[in-house]
Formats: sequence, C-alpha cells, structure tokens
Amino acid sequence: MATFSADGPRVGFFITCVADLFRPTVGFAAISLLQKAGCRVEVPQTQTCCGQPAYNSGARAMAQAQARHVIETFEGFEYVVAPSGSCMGMVREHYPSLLADDPAFAERAKVLAGKSHEILSFLIDVLDWDDVDARFDGVVTYHDTCSGLRELGIKDQPRRLLAKVKGLELRELAAPEECCGFGGTFCVKYPEISNRMVTDKVTTAQATGATTLLGGDTSCLLNIAGKAKRMELPLKVRHVVEVLAGMADGPALGDGEDGIKR
Amino acid sequence: MDSTTHTFKDNIKVALANETLVHSLETMKTGFRARRAVAVDRLPEFDALCDAGRDLKNHVLENLDFYLETFEAKVLESGGKVHWCRDSEEARKTVLEICRAADAKTVTKGKSMISEEMGLNDYLEENGVTPVETDLGEYIIQLRHEHPSHIIAPAIHVRKFQVAEAFRKAHPQYAADRPLEEPRELLDEARDVLRSSFLGADVGITGANMLIAETGSTVIVTNEGNGDLTQLLPRVHVVLASLEKIVPTLEDASLVLRLLARSATGQEMSSYTTFSNGPRRPGDPDGPEEFHVILLDNGRSNMIGTDFQDMLRCIRCAACMNHCPVYGAIGGHAYGWVYPGPMGAVLTPGLLGLEGAADLPNASSLCGRCEAVCPMRIPLPKMLRHWREKEFERHLTPKGTRWGLGFWSFFARRPGLYRLGTRVVARMLRILGGKQGHLKELGLSNGWTAVRDIPAPEGRTFMDRWASGERP
Amino acid sequence: MTAARDAILGGIRRSLRRGPLSDAEAVAGPRARLDAKAPILVPERAKGSPDVLVDRFLAMAIEAAATVDRIQGMEALPGAIASYLKDRNLSTELVTTTDPEMDGLVGSSLEGGGLLTVKRGLPSPTDTVSVVPALRGVAETGTVMLRSGETQASTLNFLPETHIVVLKTSDIVGGLEEAWAALRAEGPTPRTVNFITGPSRTGDIEQTLQMGAHGPLRLHILLVDETP
Repeated sequence: MATFSADGPRVGFFITCVADLFRPTVGFAAISLLQKAGCRVEVPQTQTCCGQPAYNSGARAMAQAQARHVIETFEGFEYVVAPSGSCMGMVREHYPSLLADDPAFAERAKVLAGKSHEILSFLIDVLDWDDVDARFDGVVTYHDTCSGLRELGIKDQPRRLLAKVKGLELRELAAPEECCGFGGTFCVKYPEISNRMVTDKVTTAQATGATTLLGGDTSCLLNIAGKAKRMELPLKVRHVVEVLAGMADGPALGDGEDGIKR
Repeated sequence: MDSTTHTFKDNIKVALANETLVHSLETMKTGFRARRAVAVDRLPEFDALCDAGRDLKNHVLENLDFYLETFEAKVLESGGKVHWCRDSEEARKTVLEICRAADAKTVTKGKSMISEEMGLNDYLEENGVTPVETDLGEYIIQLRHEHPSHIIAPAIHVRKFQVAEAFRKAHPQYAADRPLEEPRELLDEARDVLRSSFLGADVGITGANMLIAETGSTVIVTNEGNGDLTQLLPRVHVVLASLEKIVPTLEDASLVLRLLARSATGQEMSSYTTFSNGPRRPGDPDGPEEFHVILLDNGRSNMIGTDFQDMLRCIRCAACMNHCPVYGAIGGHAYGWVYPGPMGAVLTPGLLGLEGAADLPNASSLCGRCEAVCPMRIPLPKMLRHWREKEFERHLTPKGTRWGLGFWSFFARRPGLYRLGTRVVARMLRILGGKQGHLKELGLSNGWTAVRDIPAPEGRTFMDRWASGERP
Repeated sequence: MTAARDAILGGIRRSLRRGPLSDAEAVAGPRARLDAKAPILVPERAKGSPDVLVDRFLAMAIEAAATVDRIQGMEALPGAIASYLKDRNLSTELVTTTDPEMDGLVGSSLEGGGLLTVKRGLPSPTDTVSVVPALRGVAETGTVMLRSGETQASTLNFLPETHIVVLKTSDIVGGLEEAWAALRAEGPTPRTVNFITGPSRTGDIEQTLQMGAHGPLRLHILLVDETP
C-alpha cells in the first residue's frame, strides 16, 4: 500500500475529452468518490485530450505533441486519475514508448505513467477503498471495456465496488470481454463492422434481463447507448461511477429530461 | 493467389450480407474459443510457456541464418534436399521441377498456408499436374473453387448443405439419391474418395508446423492423419515451409507443441504430430524415396530488424482470428488474401506491400483480444498501429482524416480555444438532441449515425461547470 | 539455387546488421543451445511417481477418445486383442510389424493358437486392423510415440481403420522431453516419429467433431504390465 501526504493524496483529475463534452456527471461522480476516499482533488484547467485519436490513426508526431501537453499539465500531482480505462491505458502503457526518444520527456513520461490510474483501479488497487455508500434499485449488467480490461487488468474492481451498492443486482453478459465496436475512429471508418459488434453487445445485454448497462469508458458507452436508442430498446446506459457515487438519478446516456422516448 | 485486399470495403459489405456466413462464424464462439479457454485453464504453466515461447522465437530470429544452415546440413545428412526460394515464383517452379522429374500426374497435398501463399495449385494445374487437397476442409473448398477463409479451419464459412452440393457435383460415381445430410455421411464419402487419391499419387506435398535444426526434421500437426498418408504413400515427399518455422531442438519443439494445439483447437495435443527426417532408410518398408524441403522467404528476411519482426514469431494457431470481433463479423474471405484476422492484417501489408492492403491494419478496434490470446505474445495491436503510422508517413491516410486530425491537434494543444469550442459543440448538440436526448443524424458524422444515434451531451461541459464553481 | 541461398542468408544478415556468426559467437549462442538440448519448462502434470504417471496417461488417453485395456504380461496380448475385436464385431485378421520382439514377448506367437490371423510387414489398403508396439507413452497428454524402422512401417499407424498400440507400462514417461531422451538413446533419429493422441478426427464440417477422418477410426491401447 502506498503512503500518502497527511491530508490525503493530491489527485489531478483528468475528465477526458469525451466525458467533458458529453457527460459531466461522470466527472462529478468520480470526484465525489475520490473525495469520499480521502483525496484532495484538483482539476487543472489546461487539460484537453490524451492524444489517442492521433495515436491510433498513425499520426505519431501529433500524438507526441499531445502527450507532452498532458505531461506538462499533470506531472505536478501526486496522482492522476481519470474515469476511463482507455485514456489511462494510453498514459500508462503508451506514453513511455511514444516519447522514449525525446530526451526532454522520456523520463517524465515514465514518471507520469507510474502515477496515472483509472478511477476504479485507483480506489481499489492504490487506496484499497471500497466504502461505497450508494443505493441503486435495479438489475444491471457490466461491460468490461477493452483497454481497461486488457491493458490495465480492470475486471474485479468494478464488481467488488458494485457489490457494495444496496439494491443492485449484477447479471453478467454472456461475453463480457467482447469489444463493443467503438474503437475510436474505427466505428466511423468501418460502420458496418462496428454495427455488427455493437448490435451483438446490445442484444446480449438485453438477454441478461438487466435494465441498465454499466461500464467504465464514456466513449464505449456512447456507442452502446446510441445503438440501443437506434434499436429503440429500453436499455439504460451509464458510467459505473454514477451508480457508485449515488448520482444515477438523472437521465441515462441518450435519454432526455423526461426519460426514454420510445 | 490473387489479392482482393484493395477492395476490402466492398468485401465487408458482401460478407456482412451473407446469412450463411453469420451462422458459420457463430460456431467459433462455442467451438474454438470455449475449448481454448478450458485447455488454457487446465494448464497452470500456460502463461509461463507463452513467455518462454516468445523468448525462444526471439532467439531463433536473432540467429536465423545459423539455424537454417544447421537445418540444411542435417537434411542433407539424412539424404534429403533443401531448396532455398526467394519468392513464390521460385518456389512454384522448384515444386514443378520436382513433380516433372518424378513424372507426376497427381499430387496429394496436406494443408499448407505456404502453398496458398505461393498460389501453387493453380500453377500445377496450368502445368499439367493435378493437385488433390486431402485435408477435409481444404478438399471442400478446392471443390468449390475457393480459398481458405481461416488458417486452421479453411472451410469454416461453408455449411453442410453446401458441402453436400459440392460432393454431389464432384462425385458422380455415387448414387444420385444417396443421403448426404449428416456430417458423418459427408466425411465417409470424402474418406472413400480421397483414399484412392492417396494410393495413386506420385508426389505428396505437406506444409510444416516446425523445422528442427538439431535433427533436420520437418514437423506436421494434424487431426485427420491426411498429412501422414500424403507423405508416406507417394514416392516423393515435398515439404513447404517458410524460414521462420525453424526451432533449434526437439525440446524447443515440445514447448511450441504445448502451446499450439491448446491455442488452436483447445486440444491438449492434436491427434497426429509427426516428425519426418529425410527419405526412407535402407531396409525401411515404407516412406518416400525422395525428401525435399522448400524453404520460402517471400519477404520475411526483410521483416527482421523492423517494427514487424515480432510477427515472425507466429506459429499459425489462429487464436487471434478465433477471438477477433472483426474476423467474427466478416469472416476470412473479406480480408482478400491468404492470411485473415489480426495476424493477416499485420502480415499481408508486409508481404504484399502497404499500398494495396492499407485497409487491413485500420479495420480493427484495437480491442487487444488478439494479443491477449497470442501464445507467442505478438503485440498485434501495436503492429497494426505501426502500419497506420507508415500509412500516415506515406500520405496514404485519406485527406479528410489528415485534415481532421490536424484540426483536432491544433485545438487540443490550445486549452483556451478548446474550451470555447467544446462549450459551443456541447450546447449545440444538446439543443439538436432536444427532449428525447439523442440525435438521429448530424451532417458530417455519417459513419456514426448510419448505424446508431448520438446521445446528446448533458448541456454544459464539465470543465465549464467546474470553472463556474460547481462541485459534487 | 546457391544464388537464392546466398541472397536469403545475406538478406537475413543484413537485417540483423551483422555478418555470419564467428565460431566463437556460434559456440556461445545457438551452438550451445543445440548442444544443451535443455528442457525449457516442463509442466507439473508431466511429473510424478510411476503410478501417478500411469494413471494420468490412462485418463488423458481416454479423454482423447482412445480406449485402453490393461493386461498382465505379454502372453495375455493375443487374447486381449481377440476379445477387443470380437466385442466390436471386427475382423480378427490383423497386420503387424516384422519385429521379432512382438512374437517373442508373447511367448509363443501373436496368433495365440488360432485366436488371430496375423500378417506381417506392410499393410495393404484392405487391411482393417493393425497392431503396433509403441516406443513410449507420454502421460502428460495420453500420447503414444511410435517410430519407423526396418521392422516397422509407419503406414500401419494410418491405413487400417482400427489401430491397436501395445505399450508397456514401464515405458510410460511424464512429458515429451523424456520421450526424446529415449529416442536419442536408441541411435539416429528414425525417418518417421509419430506422436499419436487419440484416433483421427475432423471438425471441418460445421465444427462438428467426427472420428476417423483419414486415419484410424479407433485407437486402442493395450497397456502391458510386465510380470516380474
């Protein structure tokens, strides 16, 4: 277990570009959890995006420039935490090799990688905190988003935390580790393939009997929610932190103020 | 074989519309995937074996010239011949010369992806030699004039009624009204037909799962036993192998065998693992009189020392494609050349050139499942990304994408402007989303809205709300 | 072909950014590996006392869809073969190796005083049953290891529909590595070494598993406990 500053670890919170734009609730919920776990949370105003759109499109120089920006923004914090396995996978697993040949940033990239964490992994693996005090009356299913699962090993953490939520019943997907078909620009470059994948995801979620699907990456959840809406299914889609922080009372992703329109 | 990788985007439309294919690909999930999971769980050392496999192959590639020369010397010692071939053309010609020298009319063939890579069957046929595929799956697709859609289950895309159709057409010697509904009936007929091919062939051609430097052995792994009848019955045995198939010792081969079948079919070990060493020995009652190994390079030696060297660790188990959601959606033919799935998307641009195959490395969500199941720990997503980088460097990336990335990059490094922009976009989408909270369409984002709605943003951005003092 | 050979080896070396390995470099690197023949990572399940390994062999062979009978002494062999074949309404005509040991070990001969009709040497396409001695059994996977040689045709393992393998209990080893050690001890590598795990099978028609694709439909292992 890590040792922290006396008044709690100082965390730089990285909202991620997608959650910033589409789902501020995810940010407030995540910060609420971090504060409950004893962290001092700050939100640096110069943050934008982790650089994945460029990195996964082969635009290496642009990705490097973005990585430098993120390092400069966040390296002063004790920890960096984001509500996304994908963006933190980028920082932890890819920044060091991306900047390995940059003498000014190579070491700093490694240091930042070492202190950057996806929120659920941070709560459980770093803080060993699972003192969730929330209620959610409903049956949910959980989609393990790819980067979090395979790059960061996030599998048990959400389940351990969700087990503490009163009233919640978790029913596992038949294939929880199957990609939802988002894949960044993949979903717009190859919509037909992506469509088959997300249709499978939504269909298997329905098959569990769950009324809500939870996951740890807003971008994947937008894809799933968007498909559920297009298929006119009553499946609600939320980021897992909304439920863990007791902030799942507003509209789910893609729902209007007055709930689902069918 | 001719490539259709350049028409990938059309290929996928055809594939996705093929109902038969959808059903066939579903069987992978309950078949290969489930069985692999069980086999891997049963072997506590599996992960450690994968690490050892990676280290072994890395060592081999660093010393590839040495091991190939050692292998060659051992094959010569046992009375066989080694033919070094730079490309498919050289390899095809060499095989034809061997067939002609043996005065061969028909050759039987065990399953070999190198044969597909060489385009051997068409070439032999054009030159008066009849190749007969003997692996059941390969036989089926040969009758259907197709290419394999999977590297270990070549006919995975074919349903049994289609097999029956092909057999009725190709086997007029049997009663027209015979029952051919059950897999057993189909198999029995194929066994009967191919038995006479085995007995009548002049040359037998097999692939090789491994070559062993220590002994000069070639190794094939099969479940049907067809590869063995192919090499034991004819007078000449030709082995087709690419350079990177070599391992140093029998102990090293044991390591690879522990990974191969489990990763491929989920078996502990395939039914038949056969080590062949040269031609028959004096006094041996059977076995081929001649033994030839075709060592094919075809661009592989150039991959060493590049970002793509790790790909040469591949043992062709097919775990990556069995677990790939993209392969699972479109099947193998859409990839357009010999090797489909993630390993194909990395290897094909390397062997054919990036220009005609630029779609393949892009057609991946980079979900990482291929790397997670690869027994040789090949970082497939990383190499797909490397290809994308090469495309970007060579300006093969579409102009719109390049422009969009430049636009994004400009703003993403200017937080003030970025804040302003995101505030406007969030607000605008919120308004467009209206009461229902999602959008059916939005001018430019056709790829997204073609198949799904856009969930509308909540309204103001997080950074905006945080800056104005809102706290949880 | 020398041109191609030189080009390929030269290309590999260019890619590796070095020339041919010097003798010293080879001895320190790949030559050492070839000479050491060191087992890399032998799974626990390939280890254990002889009794444990025999049990594991039996379990794994059966899992691979082989059948196994355990008999006491080679003299019981003809009877065991005959009853296996008769129970399945199979012909009692069989083809076996010319290995004098097969008969010698039985005490008299494999015919068993008329129980079986035995042909020796190469199988013909019409032979339906073969009986072949195994060099070793590998407990790890329930695999039998067979070798070719002057007395032993490899086609015996593939042409007939019913493949009967005779394996001495004392020849069961843990893993593949021990099987290799045994083979090396026998002298030069034979032309063909077959590792056989269960009968022939295919899943090529809609991934439905079918036995007896091209090779044998049945693999029957007679495990012989030698009488002291």
